Amino acid sequence: MTPEIQQLVYLTFILMLAIFVGFELIAKVPATLHTPLMSGSNAISGITLVGALVSAGAEHAQLATWLGAAAVTLATINVVGGYLVTDRMLAMFKKKATGGAK
Amino acid sequence: MNSALIINFAYILSALGFIIGLKMLGSPATARKGNGLSALAMLLAIAVTLLDKEIITFSWIVGAMVLGTVIGVLAARLVAMTSMPEMVALFNGFGGAASLLVGWAALYSGAATTFVAITIVLSILIGGVTLSGSFIAWGKLAEKLPGRAITFTGQAIVNGLIVITLLANALWFVQSPTVDSVHLYAVIGVALLFGIMLVIPIGGADMPVVISLLNSYSGLAACAAGFVLNNNLLIVSGALVGASGIILTNIMCKAMNRSLANVLFSGFKAVKKSTTVVEGEIKPINCDDAYLILEAAANVVFVPGYGMAVSQAQHVVRELADHLESNGCQVRYAIHPVAGRMPGHMNVLLAEASVPYDQLLEMDAINPQMGAVDVAIVIGANDTVNPAATEDEGSPIYGMPVIKVSDARTVFVLKRGMNAGYSGVENPLFYKENVRMLFGDAKASIQAIAGEFAA
Repeated sequence: MTPEIQQLVYLTFILMLAIFVGFELIAKVPATLHTPLMSGSNAISGITLVGALVSAGAEHAQLATWLGAAAVTLATINVVGGYLVTDRMLAMFKKKATGGAK
Repeated sequence: MNSALIINFAYILSALGFIIGLKMLGSPATARKGNGLSALAMLLAIAVTLLDKEIITFSWIVGAMVLGTVIGVLAARLVAMTSMPEMVALFNGFGGAASLLVGWAALYSGAATTFVAITIVLSILIGGVTLSGSFIAWGKLAEKLPGRAITFTGQAIVNGLIVITLLANALWFVQSPTVDSVHLYAVIGVALLFGIMLVIPIGGADMPVVISLLNSYSGLAACAAGFVLNNNLLIVSGALVGASGIILTNIMCKAMNRSLANVLFSGFKAVKKSTTVVEGEIKPINCDDAYLILEAAANVVFVPGYGMAVSQAQHVVRELADHLESNGCQVRYAIHPVAGRMPGHMNVLLAEASVPYDQLLEMDAINPQMGAVDVAIVIGANDTVNPAATEDEGSPIYGMPVIKVSDARTVFVLKRGMNAGYSGVENPLFYKENVRMLFGDAKASIQAIAGEFAA
């Protein structure tokens, strides 16, 4: 086996396990939290930022740096905006005891 | 110690943070902490990535991150809770765009092998579809584009040609993956076009499905970028998001008793004319009479729909509920899974109006108890309470589970006028014996009733 194929098998292995973990975790989220779940998981998908950082800072070519910088901007919006808006929503979810009449 | 080792070790911690964070999202009591944990994990991942030896200059990074943070903070602060679906659609699009750009930029980091070229094409393709699809979804939700399904003759053939062009160019590109390959630009362009074509034939009422699906795509795009960069963390996080999107898509489809294929492609089929024959007559009611009935009620259920979001009525609903409760009445809310424009949309709006989440009941929980309810108040919901879904086999929404409001002793339907719902289906509920129509703006009507309680 070439190292490349080995790498592919290894990454696919991780992908498979992660998908199962994802299904197990998310199937248990109640309907009332589906919107925060969506915006929160959306923020996690901004993890592409990690890849974008390397492209923006690596100095391979001018265009690559620009593409990377644009990716960093977009992914940062996704991450920062996603987490903040989720937090804003979750802060509003209250139980009867604390959410009594005003 | 070498930096690659530190980075990879930190990535394990980050992945753990995301997983535990998602687990904590399983209960409203721990959800906020879970989100915070997930954000910390993200911060850790970003911080250690900056140690990467490949990163030489920081000026671009700092500039881009500052810009992104400012926009992100402003967007998150300013968005109204009713506009949450548009917001999520936009963020999805940005995530997709980032994956597209990362895949593209990776071409410059050296000669790409066939394997890397395939992952780059996938990253660009999924990212591109997510980007343009999300923007169309945003346009439909924000009503910048017509919400109805946009179709034209030969649409299926055009889409077929697009897929063939996409595959052909992807293959050509993989044969010789260079940065100036014309096929690279073709793949980017056609992927964007494909995203548009996928979403335009889907109507506004089906948007909860589309948003969930695009959410899943944005995760898959991150996964594909992870394969490009050989990055475990991207793959794990992308898979978590992909799974969440697919689960939500599935829940939404089930709630409408339709297959995903039906939601995605039904725009192409000729619309069947509804065969529902309505009997009886409309019985309007005014706010004074509605007040008298509510004053005597011991058990009231609110059934909100997208119309409540449009008229921003959630705060006055809560006000009326307070009056009812101090009058000794039990108040609850029945939430249909596809009420609103994204999964859980109504729950967030009611939470914004400080309605305690333990008063919110899912459809399956409230339906068996509907018979004991004195008054069911339908606010801006239509298809989700349409009895034709259970009674009329010829109805386009036949088989969709609905909230059985007509089992309640009395039903108030708050509605602007007699227009059909988003699906364009006639609603026999309005003609039933125990149903009273309260015409006018929902917010104004509720306010008037609440006013009488206060007086």
